[in-house]
Amino acid sequence: MSLLLEPSPAMIKEQKLYREMGLTDEEFAMVERILGRLPNYTETGIFSVMWSEHCSYKNSKPILKKFPTEGKHVLQGPGEGAGIVDIGDGLAVAFKIESHNHPSAIEPYQGAATGVGGIIRDVFSMGARPIALLNSLRFGELTSPRVKYLFERVVAGIAGYGNCVGIPTVGGEVQFDAAYEGNPLVNAMCVGLIRHEDIQKGIAAGVGNTVMYVGAKTGRDGIHGATFASEELTEQSEQKRPAVQVGDPFMEKLLLEACLEVIHSDALVGMQDMGAAGLTSSSAEMASKAGSGIELNLDLVPQRETGMTPYEMMLSESQERMLLVVKKGREQEMIDVFAKYGLEAKAIGRVTGDHMLRLYHRGEVVAEIPVDALAKDAPVYYKPSKEPAYYREFQTMEYVPAIHNYEETLLGLLAQPTIASKQWVYEQYDYMVRTNTVVAPGSDAAVLRIRGTNKALAMTTDCNSRYVYLNPEVGGKIAIAEAARNIVCSGAQPLAVTDCLNFGNPEKPEIFWQLEKAVEGMSEACRVLETPVISGNVSLYNETNGEAIYPTPIVGMVGVVEHISHITTQTFKQPSDLIYVIGEAKQEFGGSELQKWLTGRIFGKAPTIDLHVEATRQRQLLTAIREGVVASAHDVSEGGLAVALAECLIDAQGLGARVTISGDVVSELFSETQSRFVVSVKKEHQQSFERLVQAVCIGEVTNDGTLHVTSGDTCLVHIPVETMRNVWKGAIPCLLKSKD
Amino acid sequence: MKFAVVVFPGSNCDVDMYHAIADELGEDVEYVWHDAESLDEFDAILLPGGFSYGDYLRSGAIARFSNVMKAIKKAADEGKPILGVCNGFQILLEAGLLPGAMRRNDTLTFICRPVKLRVENNATMFTSQYERGEIITIPIAHGEGNYYCDENTLHQLIANNQIVFRYEGENPNGSLQNIAGIVNEKGNVLGMMPHPERAVHELLGGADGLKLFQSIVTYWRDAHVVTT
Repeated sequence: MSLLLEPSPAMIKEQKLYREMGLTDEEFAMVERILGRLPNYTETGIFSVMWSEHCSYKNSKPILKKFPTEGKHVLQGPGEGAGIVDIGDGLAVAFKIESHNHPSAIEPYQGAATGVGGIIRDVFSMGARPIALLNSLRFGELTSPRVKYLFERVVAGIAGYGNCVGIPTVGGEVQFDAAYEGNPLVNAMCVGLIRHEDIQKGIAAGVGNTVMYVGAKTGRDGIHGATFASEELTEQSEQKRPAVQVGDPFMEKLLLEACLEVIHSDALVGMQDMGAAGLTSSSAEMASKAGSGIELNLDLVPQRETGMTPYEMMLSESQERMLLVVKKGREQEMIDVFAKYGLEAKAIGRVTGDHMLRLYHRGEVVAEIPVDALAKDAPVYYKPSKEPAYYREFQTMEYVPAIHNYEETLLGLLAQPTIASKQWVYEQYDYMVRTNTVVAPGSDAAVLRIRGTNKALAMTTDCNSRYVYLNPEVGGKIAIAEAARNIVCSGAQPLAVTDCLNFGNPEKPEIFWQLEKAVEGMSEACRVLETPVISGNVSLYNETNGEAIYPTPIVGMVGVVEHISHITTQTFKQPSDLIYVIGEAKQEFGGSELQKWLTGRIFGKAPTIDLHVEATRQRQLLTAIREGVVASAHDVSEGGLAVALAECLIDAQGLGARVTISGDVVSELFSETQSRFVVSVKKEHQQSFERLVQAVCIGEVTNDGTLHVTSGDTCLVHIPVETMRNVWKGAIPCLLKSKD
Repeated sequence: MKFAVVVFPGSNCDVDMYHAIADELGEDVEYVWHDAESLDEFDAILLPGGFSYGDYLRSGAIARFSNVMKAIKKAADEGKPILGVCNGFQILLEAGLLPGAMRRNDTLTFICRPVKLRVENNATMFTSQYERGEIITIPIAHGEGNYYCDENTLHQLIANNQIVFRYEGENPNGSLQNIAGIVNEKGNVLGMMPHPERAVHELLGGADGLKLFQSIVTYWRDAHVVTT
């Protein structure tokens, strides 16, 4: 829209044009009060993006306060580009997870790619060198052509971006369920390494300092992306395709290297990514955090297209752009560093002391807004919460599967896309570049060594949203506990959490209840397991034509391996090692993979969890790993013990296992009871292991390449590992090839 | 002996190459930015993997015009060892220092995984420490590694024993005759898609790539024996 065609302030009010931008009547009235006049078109746009859920967290803020965010390792909690935790030796790890769900639903390649780009910038804006990427993906059932298309293009987009920038994508998870049919989830996590003294913040401090723009030019792409991300998807969403940005990973690589070079200059005051709401959010937030104001001359903003209006420039979400605040008079030092990478660093404004965001265009003031009104003083809503009817109904339902053929059941579970090998996915990611990846994708957690030390980092993303749907509070606890379990199994001490809360429309009391309960459960687990939340993101309005996704609070967790000799994987190591199970099975099939497969839906009660039992078992296992008496460790999750045993064997060349179980056989094999592990131990370590860990020996590793499970005199399972491997590895490629 | 790791703006395996030489081999190594005029002070030139200039066009198509290419051509003429890995190989092809071209993988996807290679020619300055026919495991990580050349070129490659590595067992990308790496006629320029610099330590899953770098050092030492 050209400047001449922009509606006047009076028209915006009379025709309620602000509604199209996502502002409510009450919010527009607030804007009027704050400004003491009617906002013009540019200002209305600025308020609407900054007050979108995506930027302001207006609906989720009261809930997010429940998270414990402090701990002895925490150097930077929520509120900056990424959270940071200390790992000793003067080093720290910075990480964050973020969603790019809506863009990926309508333009999967670019949606996913730019999601990766954004999270990388969040991490290097802190001054950290990004060392790893992870992701968490949810799609509908892999049988529909649309879902296959979304799945293939999302994976290609993540690969296309991460591989080019040269940051290894080392882990993640993918699950499939009809609940995500029209609204896939694409959450990307980035982990960075930083020396304590290099930590940067996104602040615009020091009146008179210069505001500099670096990176890609501003175009008309992604306008109102944040607003689009804060509404439900409908059949008309396809028309929002222009709100999806286009990524340029090569530009990102240049920007990354240049920004990591300028952080060593004391001329740099602050740095922030122009992410959601682009120039608007970065400038307003940097000023608000510093208690200052900011003035920009939009004529100086590097533009990709001609005739861009202030509205378009301020709302563009063009990718690969950063905003820097630099000490006055030292701009040239920045310009020189960026020039080495072929980039222009351009002074476009200055820091002021009057707490205002003031924009100039062609010699006129085109916007003048108090920065705090856009950032920390944005509206906050306390939404009504209501226990949904389905939840009460589920509490009365019991489900016990009738299993007659254990072998068929196990093979059938291994072929479920949620359980099956994700090799087809992770082989498209360069998971080795920068040669630090010690444990590649496919084990419980990815592990990267830290060059120059004997330490390593373990990282994972997890969430079983079926449990969260059945019981948000318990499901929330399980999500944190499972992530920690995966970290511990790899030999690391869990440190902290980043979370991405993917939920439906919070204006519906039942959805808000899910959000509230899930966060309460997660918070309690974080406290018990001593893993504070240091960063995160909220993605609400994940609904298609009124149907919400399962509540999906994705947990990203990082842990530290004190010595590389502690690094442990899930794979059995050698014949005659003893196999132990930590934790006993209960008859818990609500939300299980088995229930989903056999009945086509999920219902009943979520598995129970006792966080103190969980903490004790994790502590015992980690101690045993550090003592060097554990050969392999794996958590029991989807599909239960039978699937866990199969997973311990699939990559073990030529090995098998002979296992005896007792009690209720179906529960022992397939129940998804929490806080359980499968561990293998060398015979010579039997006594030391049993002294440290409360566990039951169920059998031993063999060299016959077969999984053999008996109960009493009955042989329940006798399957060659080769058969299990083929089923498990073949499932996803096979579904993608089938034409139906 | 002194190695150069040439860094294009979008190189991203430069660090891996550097550390393979510095940490595992203990030799001198320096990064050289793509605008360098001269490589005279170096004994061997390494072109690492990555996306030299974004590679939105054919991989390496822009890198061949960069400043440092003149110095690389000079070093090639002087007979210095030049190793191009992955994007480095693609650049050597685009620059005409090696024959043939790369197409997209026949899967049409990027592929990252360890693969088995057969050492077809161990009589080069890059492979002397391997046995002929030795099967080694080295990772690949590329989207365009499907090597192609015309029939005449292929005959020449075979006749001159220029095919140094072939994929063993499964061919991951559809490359002609399972070709994974070739040398020029003179034998001092090697291009290969697999990443030997990623296979230099057991902690990272294997060390089969180490002998390639050791071969270069051995060659250089033998050529610079000081007779007293």
